[in-house]
Amino acid sequence: MSTNAKDLRNPLKRARGLGSAQSGVGHWWTQRVTAAALVLLGLWFVATVLSLLHADFATAKAMVTKPWNALLLILFVVTMFWHAVLGLQVVIEDYVHTRWKEVVLLVAIKFLAVLGALAGVLAVLRIALGV
Amino acid sequence: MADTRRPLSPHLQIYKWQVQMVTSILHRATGIALAVGTLLVVWGLLSLAAGAAAFDQFKTCMGSPVGIILLVGWSWALFYHLCNGIRHLLQDTGAGYTIPQFVRSSWLSVIVSVVLVIVVWAWVLTAGGAA
Repeated sequence: MSTNAKDLRNPLKRARGLGSAQSGVGHWWTQRVTAAALVLLGLWFVATVLSLLHADFATAKAMVTKPWNALLLILFVVTMFWHAVLGLQVVIEDYVHTRWKEVVLLVAIKFLAVLGALAGVLAVLRIALGV
Repeated sequence: MADTRRPLSPHLQIYKWQVQMVTSILHRATGIALAVGTLLVVWGLLSLAAGAAAFDQFKTCMGSPVGIILLVGWSWALFYHLCNGIRHLLQDTGAGYTIPQFVRSSWLSVIVSVVLVIVVWAWVLTAGGAA
């Protein structure tokens, strides 16, 4: 019947493409990989912010101007928004049961996350490149 | 029609509260809070890119009583989501799923996050107050 003896799904179910192992696994993995990255980037970010306690404008700006800091900040901002969207997506899918509201929210968080990530990256670049 | 008076999932009101439930709920709640907190990171970066006046305004807002209360809340959310996130990453490898281990690691997430937030804010205060 089936080419894979371990596959308990009906072949018709499979053919309709409604089984698992589509985008779910990718979502799961991306959430974990961004989480692992954020463990390191988050700790670095907290340490950096704490080191800037009472820092004036020039000191804070000088921190972002350093190439490594600028690079890590951009990585942090992008990974943070990416992970946030994946997490919020699951929350919305779990709790919003009106289909149109769900879709509107899912699209809205993606728009906002891209907007926020680009604004953050652009701000870092403006500071780092001095423009 | 089905009798809808029976308790429906997730029927939290009929469960006895356990730490595992709390850590799970808190992970989502802090995740949502941190997703909102991303805007703070972007605001800080934008103000730094905009110039000294904007950055001082940002610092003043963060140093105000409301700002500090929000920062304490967000820093706890960050530490909690970090600790419990590491716990979930370890559990994703299949480790720690016996009930005593699960309860112990739940408490560990809560306690370590509270200790971290106290240590960080004690350091901030001894270093001369926030912002």
